[in-house]
Amino acid sequence: MNKEKSKNNIWRGGERPMEASYGKLMMWFFLITDALTFSAFLGAYGYHRFSHFEEWPVADHVFTHFPFIHGHYPLFYVALMTFILIVSSVTMVLAVHAGKHMNKKGVVFWLFLTIIGGATFLGSQAWEWYHFIKGTKHGAILVTSGQHGQPRVAHYVDSGSHNHDDGHPNDEHSSHSDPYSKESLIKFHEEKMEKEPFNYKYLNGNVVPKELLKEGKIIRGAPLNGDDAFQYNEYGHTTFSNFFYFITGFHGFHVFTGVIINIIIFINVLNNVYQRRGHYEMVEKVGLYWHFVDLVWVFVFTFFYLV
Amino acid sequence: MSKENSTREIWLVFWILLVVTAIEVILGIVKPSVLVDNYIIGVTLLNMTFIVLTIVKAYYIVYAFMHLGSERKNLKMSILLPVWILIPYLLFILLTESTFQEFMLHG
Repeated sequence: MNKEKSKNNIWRGGERPMEASYGKLMMWFFLITDALTFSAFLGAYGYHRFSHFEEWPVADHVFTHFPFIHGHYPLFYVALMTFILIVSSVTMVLAVHAGKHMNKKGVVFWLFLTIIGGATFLGSQAWEWYHFIKGTKHGAILVTSGQHGQPRVAHYVDSGSHNHDDGHPNDEHSSHSDPYSKESLIKFHEEKMEKEPFNYKYLNGNVVPKELLKEGKIIRGAPLNGDDAFQYNEYGHTTFSNFFYFITGFHGFHVFTGVIINIIIFINVLNNVYQRRGHYEMVEKVGLYWHFVDLVWVFVFTFFYLV
Repeated sequence: MSKENSTREIWLVFWILLVVTAIEVILGIVKPSVLVDNYIIGVTLLNMTFIVLTIVKAYYIVYAFMHLGSERKNLKMSILLPVWILIPYLLFILLTESTFQEFMLHG
């Protein structure tokens, strides 16, 4: 309809020069600012990673768990999470599509699947956080030898493999009932430090000097509470776990709010609010937010887990 | 008026995203030595591939799922230009400085 009018007339008011409603425009502008926020976070992550390159862990060695299977399965779990989020994004577009055709049944069906997808993603993230906080079976040694007295992480590396342990609960025939107990952790390291101190290595592969190793502190996981909260993590430089919590946490918060908003809109759809209004633009606006959450995850996936 | 994208198109984009993610995961697990050992502007070919594939995915999400492709040109540009200008600028400064810092510390 704008096409007939001359360009001068468009900006005189009473028109939509961008052919988008106020709400949609504002959603887009909010998403721009949010995109800048996330790029700042990921950029800061990159900054810290490159300035502590020697002490930065490889994600493949950190995120190796998969539900119900023991062993070393890098990337599979995040790939599954990515898949869940992409599917929920597709169901969202299908809901928007159904909304454009005033198909209430379609909107209800696809929006419901989107909510389920979002909730599944949140659950998966909780599972991953749990394993990240808990840590591996053998943990690591925190050695004070870095620049400016910063502690560095050293792992016991089995001479057979290059990867540090993945926490197989049954790879040692110990009499302990709980292979993850603190006692068995301390016992393991006391034994290994005595017999094979040369197998303790920094992340860059250098062997830890014996006298430093003796003074080191045994750590496991990446504690979120207690005196040690945010002080260290067994995977690498301290900022690694802090960035992990912050970036995936902030993204998870977006997913969480997205699910909440989707639920509110879902209830409105059930109550025929948009049927009465004559259009389902609200579903489209919420859809924009939801796709943005997926978009951010695509980048988090690449820069946290792949690169 | 914005052109409607049919459900067929939506599913097509879904398969594209799925295949691209699958390629990323396979490359991330296999890590072919050709890609790991060669560099373009200080970045391994493998990481460059990941970044390019990520941008491909971002393009499809924004253009097809968020319907930006069927919006008016002035709206498209007012959304894309700030992002295209500010993010590369920010990343350029941060990554250059961090590499410099690493160089100062470790030589």
